[in-house]
Amino acid sequence: MEFVVGMTAVSVGLLIGLGALGVGIGVGSLGGKLLEGSARQPELAPMLQTKFFIAIGLLDAVAMIGVAIGLYFTFANPFPGQLAAALQIVSGG
Amino acid sequence: MAAQEHGGETTTTDYILHHLQNLTYGRHPDGAWGFAHTAEEAKEMGFWAIHVDSMFWSVLLGLVFFFLFRRVAKNVTSGVPGGFQNFIESIVVFVDESVRETFQGRNPLIAPLALTLFVWIFLMNFMDLIPVDWIPGVASLMGISHQKVVPTADPNVTMGMSLSVFVLVLYYSIKVKGVRGFAAELTLHPFSAKNPVLKVLLIPINLVLEGVSLLAKPLSLGLRLFGNLYAGELIFILIALLGLWQMPLHLAWAIFHILVITLQAFIFMMLTIVYLSLAHEDH
Repeated sequence: MEFVVGMTAVSVGLLIGLGALGVGIGVGSLGGKLLEGSARQPELAPMLQTKFFIAIGLLDAVAMIGVAIGLYFTFANPFPGQLAAALQIVSGG
Repeated sequence: MAAQEHGGETTTTDYILHHLQNLTYGRHPDGAWGFAHTAEEAKEMGFWAIHVDSMFWSVLLGLVFFFLFRRVAKNVTSGVPGGFQNFIESIVVFVDESVRETFQGRNPLIAPLALTLFVWIFLMNFMDLIPVDWIPGVASLMGISHQKVVPTADPNVTMGMSLSVFVLVLYYSIKVKGVRGFAAELTLHPFSAKNPVLKVLLIPINLVLEGVSLLAKPLSLGLRLFGNLYAGELIFILIALLGLWQMPLHLAWAIFHILVITLQAFIFMMLTIVYLSLAHEDH
């Protein structure tokens, strides 16, 4: 039982952390390209900034889904319940 | 400071779980209809239970949007506009320009749909900036035990909106391209061949790839909004547990969250416009 809860905690950390890592690298490189493009053609800067924010919103999506699933596991973890049910079947039958 | 108001024995986990529980109305397992008083009761009600708080707040904010915009539209002056009319006009112009540059088709539904989505989602997201305990505190004096005031932090609301957009995408795809054209798009892209036998062999592969891509759109649209708002709300709740130190942290997170709210409403609107534009594409 402690093993299941402990592994759930580790997996929540991995879910959130790896999502954040991917988004960090992606948005960082995208921001660099924005700066480069703005320096090259300053009159395009507002348009590039709008497209930059759109891209951030899209990148955030999968990381946020990971965060939402991680938070679900933190507060409404289904695994101990499944373990208890399985143990009952094993010991009862 | 707010954690102690709910009775001396409430632990922090109870406080968090209390604030993450929707007001659910449904049929209890023993057959009686009523509100659920705990999370377990809510789960036992099954699928056909309704989140009364999400419905109430989303409908109320929709009516606020109608009322405000209609009032400005009725009193519109062509002379120098007042402050509020100026503000509403700038929103409408912004949505109009976004639709104009992204939507490559002719459909009078798109711009009003985009405006509705943008302002409605922004208003619903904005409820997240109200301190966590204020509205539930007032409501508990009226006997309402649980409440979540942010409708978009309820996956039912966000997935409802994204599935409605998906239905529109399917409807316009079939209307513009015909059933044959729509099926051809799903089965003959991205791998196409001249040889008919090869075409038939490639259909399952194409169907899987295009099917996943088609289904991922509404799913990601709804879950993106839900994930962002749910995480934001949860961090507000966690900061509220910190006692006296919550003030600077609340301020910092709220300022960042203002960006997230607007951005997510804008992205939902932009992606809706893009998906509908793809549905109207007629090669």
